[in-house]
Amino acid sequence: MSKELIRLSDCVMSYGDDIVLDHINLYINDKEFLTLLGPSGCGKTTTLRIIGGFLSPTSGDVLFDGQRINDVPPHKRLVNTVFQRYALFPHLNVFENVAFGLRMGQTVLDKDGGRHKEKVPEDEIRARVLEMLEIVNLKGYEKRPVTALSGGQQQRVAIARALVNRPKVLLLDEPLGALDMRLRKDMQQELKRIQQEMEITFVYVTHDQEEALAMSDTVVVMDGGRIQQIGTPEDIYNEPRNAFVADFIGESNIIDGVMCADGVVEIFNRKFQCLDGGFEKDEAVDVVIRPEDVDIVPEDRGQLKGTVTAVTFKGVHYDTIVDFYGFKWLIQTTDFCPVGSHIGIKIDPDGFHVMKKSKYSGMFGDYSSYSEEYDELDEEAADGDEE
Amino acid sequence: MKNKRSLFAVPYVVWMAIFVVIPIVIMLVYSLTVTVSTETGEAMEFTLENFTGMGLYVSVFTRSFWLALIATAVCLLIGYPVSYMMAREGEGFQRVAMALIMLPMWMNFLLRTYSWMSILENNGLLNQLFRKLGVIALYNSMTGRNIEYFQMIRTPGAVVLGMVYNYLPFMILPIYSVLSKMDKSLVEAAQDLGADTVNVFRRVTLPLSLPGVLSGVTMVFVPSVSTFAISRLLGGGTSMMLGDLIENQFLGGAYNPHLGAAISMVMMVIVVICMLVMNHFGEGNEQAVML
Repeated sequence: MSKELIRLSDCVMSYGDDIVLDHINLYINDKEFLTLLGPSGCGKTTTLRIIGGFLSPTSGDVLFDGQRINDVPPHKRLVNTVFQRYALFPHLNVFENVAFGLRMGQTVLDKDGGRHKEKVPEDEIRARVLEMLEIVNLKGYEKRPVTALSGGQQQRVAIARALVNRPKVLLLDEPLGALDMRLRKDMQQELKRIQQEMEITFVYVTHDQEEALAMSDTVVVMDGGRIQQIGTPEDIYNEPRNAFVADFIGESNIIDGVMCADGVVEIFNRKFQCLDGGFEKDEAVDVVIRPEDVDIVPEDRGQLKGTVTAVTFKGVHYDTIVDFYGFKWLIQTTDFCPVGSHIGIKIDPDGFHVMKKSKYSGMFGDYSSYSEEYDELDEEAADGDEE
Repeated sequence: MKNKRSLFAVPYVVWMAIFVVIPIVIMLVYSLTVTVSTETGEAMEFTLENFTGMGLYVSVFTRSFWLALIATAVCLLIGYPVSYMMAREGEGFQRVAMALIMLPMWMNFLLRTYSWMSILENNGLLNQLFRKLGVIALYNSMTGRNIEYFQMIRTPGAVVLGMVYNYLPFMILPIYSVLSKMDKSLVEAAQDLGADTVNVFRRVTLPLSLPGVLSGVTMVFVPSVSTFAISRLLGGGTSMMLGDLIENQFLGGAYNPHLGAAISMVMMVIVVICMLVMNHFGEGNEQAVML
């Protein structure tokens, strides 16, 4: 793509024995939309705060444009943040909130590596603030007190306040977490538009996988203070590296399997054709099958035979839970199969995705307790909002 | 009354009427009358001379307001940094600091003021200490004077000290409460937008803590202006304040409740004006607690 802007090199963050970030290596390209995705407590916000300068890593380096910035305080970094709860200044009106950064002066890099502030003239401040308010669709709101704005409007002020400083990088900490569903979708598109229009690097933190897939150039999936996978949204979805990623990004059935040879995988003592290779002979593996990649066929023509145990109508499709030899799968299909019916299934070779065993093996991908899994998802969404 | 629930407010309204409104009305009547002897006994007659004759006491007024102002300023200078530190430090520090601030308030304030008397007296604790340490001898040899003690009690300074000591918690508590409730992410946001420590304080922390400062100033200034025990115990006869003057009119030798009432009214009006001016600086919703 383009040149590298930020690099986290072997960053560790620990509080006593509590390791929050475990040897993070990550680089972020210029003009890239990168998302840090993971459940609460995975270290994504900590990573963001290290880039913003609010935390200093216990060990490891933070590089910006090749320059080590571990010890540069937040107010001298060419980075601005949109905070989770916006953190607008309640004693200032919309205009003064947005103008705040410009009134502090623009940070300028000296040739010798130092940094100093340059005053921005008043008429330039005015012009830039008004221009930015127009970009975020808040023209005419300058004089309003920020406390009188709706959640979505406050969100826009927060974005304008950060972007008016023309930062190299904008950090966004779950910026849409407090908005309702509809507004959230609108703002996703809005943010993407602003990012492309202004050609600024965005580093975006979220626990919402849909949001991550919809907006990002690159997704970084994190759990337990480690990076689980880095890739484009397509890569992450189609080629998850382990059971955690497969389960966190979308729905997946994860089954114990054995790799017999390149292109041949065995599950439930039956051999299937697949597209994966490069494993040892007879290596134990995790096999991911996405619910939408399964075709339901009459029982006698199926590669596997099972019994339907639950059906939920979801609008576009039915979520159908099918019991195969004691292991329950989720299948998303537009064909209605009543509970108790015996069905067969067919899976194309590209419907299999084979992963190496990891510490997450066996923890995810079973739909035996389907309803519980839904509860968990809800809880996670709630936790994220509290964070 | 719009609904039944507002009936619960009746006792409060009655209480306020009996102990606030009626006394003020009585005071007003008193301040605008004078007692005259008639054939049938005593009667009250309308007059303005209680107010017109007040010029005599201008010096008491200015002294009262001046000392109260100094005490308030000192309280603010000490109280703000203490509140700021308490709000920033961990919970342990907060608890200890809060205990230390509250501890003296568990004792009656007259007792505390008496104890200051024994500390500041000419032969009190401090002067004895100075003598033992040779501070007084040193002072004498350096200035060529010959004093036996530092005059501390019966000075305006002692009065200010007494006010600061007694009212400091009323400055610290409201400021601390505002600062500790302030969203920490606002400070981070300011840093993020390029503000250094000084600017974070000047442009974010200080303006947002103004409501607490206004409450604190009110809660220190108002009792300081009208204090009488502190000025009498620590100031001796040297710095008569409004409180003493008024007390004198009701209980003291200069018995004249009409004049006392008039002085009280004037003082109340001036205090209210001061508070209105203060609130004006605070603007909008950042209003100090009045009365």
